[in-house]
Amino acid sequence: MSATKVSGSEVRAPEIPGGDTNAPEVSADRARPGAPTRRGALPYVLLLPAVLWLLVLFLVPMVYQASTSLQTGSLEEGFEVTWHVRTYADAFGAYWPQFARSLLYAGSATLLCLVLGYPLAYLIAVKAGRWRHTLLVLVVAPFFTSFLIRTLAWKAILADGGTVVALLDRLHVLDVTGALGWTEGNRLLATPLAVVCGLTYSFLPFMILPLYASLDRVDVRLHEAARDLYASAPAVFRRVTLPLSLPGIVSGTLLTFIPASGDYINAELLGSTDTRMAGNVIQSQFLRVLDYPTAAALSFLLMAVVLLLVTVYIRRAGTEDLVR
Amino acid sequence: MTEPISPQAVPVPEPGAAGDLRLAGISKTYGTVRAVRPLDLTVEQGSFFALLGASGCGKTTTLRMIAGLEEPTTGAVLLGGHDVTDLPAHKRPVNTVFQSYALFPHLDVHENVAFGLRRRGIRSVRAKVGEMLDLVQLGDHARRRPHQLSGGQQQRVALARALINRPRVLLLDEPLAALDLALRRRMRLELKRVQTEVGITFVHVTHDQEEAMALADTVAVMNAGRVEQLGPPAELYDRPGTPFVAGFLGTSNLVEATVTTTGGDEITVTAGGVALRVPAGRCPRDIARGDTLLIGVRPEKISLTHADDTGTGSGGVGGAADGGGSVADGRNRLTGRIVDAAFLGVSTQYVIDSPVRAGLEVYVQNVDHGRGPWPGAEVVLHWDPAHTFGLRDEPAAATGGGI
Repeated sequence: MSATKVSGSEVRAPEIPGGDTNAPEVSADRARPGAPTRRGALPYVLLLPAVLWLLVLFLVPMVYQASTSLQTGSLEEGFEVTWHVRTYADAFGAYWPQFARSLLYAGSATLLCLVLGYPLAYLIAVKAGRWRHTLLVLVVAPFFTSFLIRTLAWKAILADGGTVVALLDRLHVLDVTGALGWTEGNRLLATPLAVVCGLTYSFLPFMILPLYASLDRVDVRLHEAARDLYASAPAVFRRVTLPLSLPGIVSGTLLTFIPASGDYINAELLGSTDTRMAGNVIQSQFLRVLDYPTAAALSFLLMAVVLLLVTVYIRRAGTEDLVR
Repeated sequence: MTEPISPQAVPVPEPGAAGDLRLAGISKTYGTVRAVRPLDLTVEQGSFFALLGASGCGKTTTLRMIAGLEEPTTGAVLLGGHDVTDLPAHKRPVNTVFQSYALFPHLDVHENVAFGLRRRGIRSVRAKVGEMLDLVQLGDHARRRPHQLSGGQQQRVALARALINRPRVLLLDEPLAALDLALRRRMRLELKRVQTEVGITFVHVTHDQEEAMALADTVAVMNAGRVEQLGPPAELYDRPGTPFVAGFLGTSNLVEATVTTTGGDEITVTAGGVALRVPAGRCPRDIARGDTLLIGVRPEKISLTHADDTGTGSGGVGGAADGGGSVADGRNRLTGRIVDAAFLGVSTQYVIDSPVRAGLEVYVQNVDHGRGPWPGAEVVLHWDPAHTFGLRDEPAAATGGGI
């Protein structure tokens, strides 16, 4: 029995699960001639402040630093651009151990953040129910205190003769970490382990938040579908949850690794001269040695190394379309 | 194909029937809400079974209990005689086509379809997946991602992904609800074709009575957590057992009436002073004089004649041999006035106010040229008493009964 009146409620747009990212967008406005110029210009006008901001506060200093890195001279006689590219080679030759250490510490901290952060993000996104907002606030709560103060607090926590050291010593944990070269004797402070712990603590929220965001978007109905299709609980995680949270893992690791590799506060306050990272070298070249060209060259080298690693990482993760 | 199911109000020891799906007294309670009341059902192997009901009637919960995604509060699910109630979802030989399709967005069509096979450790999946995609006519879409497909195509991927595992029972949770009308009609035919081809038991949950009737060998109409009536669609339509079924499955004109005579093959009732005849076989048993019955007739079974043409004027009495004109003897008759007429192409739908009840519906096939009666016209509604049915004005005792 076909009715001449087709009721509107019967015709529904097909639902496209997960189609929010790549759904073809058809703009009704675009087809309409009339005032396309004004409407077309508006987005650019709105972009202007951000573009100016980046130009003045990002691009200009970059160019300035680039020029500094190619100068020679001294503080007394003044610096001059001489295209002295050798500064780069010399700087890298002198400080590559600190670079390697930076990457090692940042990589370790990133890995620790992932291992600690993933279960927590999963708990908040999937299981927390009405506690999720409370838990999210708790995750970002450390930001209410200054970075410096928090790192100083860690100094007290890990201090020689403190409770933590005493406990770990009694449990013989320090013997193990000492054998691995992570700690020295019966102290935590001024060891690589302390620096990595500090870095992990500092950047953990940057790991948890993107992980939470991507896990929160995973449709629980997909878990049911996977269970229905003979996937045991571990298989559901490995085949569905984990791949679908990959964008969160990628952005979380980047947000942790990049700032961690340039960090110098943790190494400064929790480490020793043996744990100096690239950031510490740059800081001292700029502020103590006052060798500006070397400091600027080191900054660019660090940037280049991190950029290279991140590019390789994203390529390898095969997630270019996910990070986009 | 006509009698694939035996409704089992009282579970009888079953002879053989190796692959039947049996629900034995299963129920589901959330807190104090009874989503599904204790339910006994047997779905014969290879049949197409539909659970039909409005949203919230418990049909999806029943489906999820069969799938193992929901744990029944009481009762058991038996598959081919084996109790699978305690088997987790991933160990049940049952697969589901979800309403949202729930396709894996990170996998292409091929990998979506292969998912179940791979989880069971089957290595060579390529040929099977290809075969299954051909069955649902998506052979050349194997490398697309779900979001690159239309709604109908996604639906077919979901179907293929479930069917490839050769489940004992395939569960379909409103699989066509997200599609537009034309596509839904096409997919309906497709589903029926696939089911006939693979011969797997389908249990289909829907709120669309047309869909249930078109697809299923047996329909169970659910209401408020219980099965109101169960049987082949034609039987449910022709002889609804409860007012709910009469109203949910198609349209019914229900008129309250009082029983005047019983005995023999026919009972007589009066409604608003008009006598109507009902076959005794189409009424509840144990009818006594003075009982109140709901008398029903389907809108397309009624014919309309202009009051002037019948030669009797108003107040025609059913069964009386006083009629001249074009109304044959022995038909049930009511008088009324047309208040609304909607031309639907194939038929015209009339709404008629009668002294017995306002808002009676009549569908008249547009066979003849020219127009039918206009709104305002006085007409006589008449129909063969054989099409009349009687119902008690109360929900039937549900299969399995309340606790």
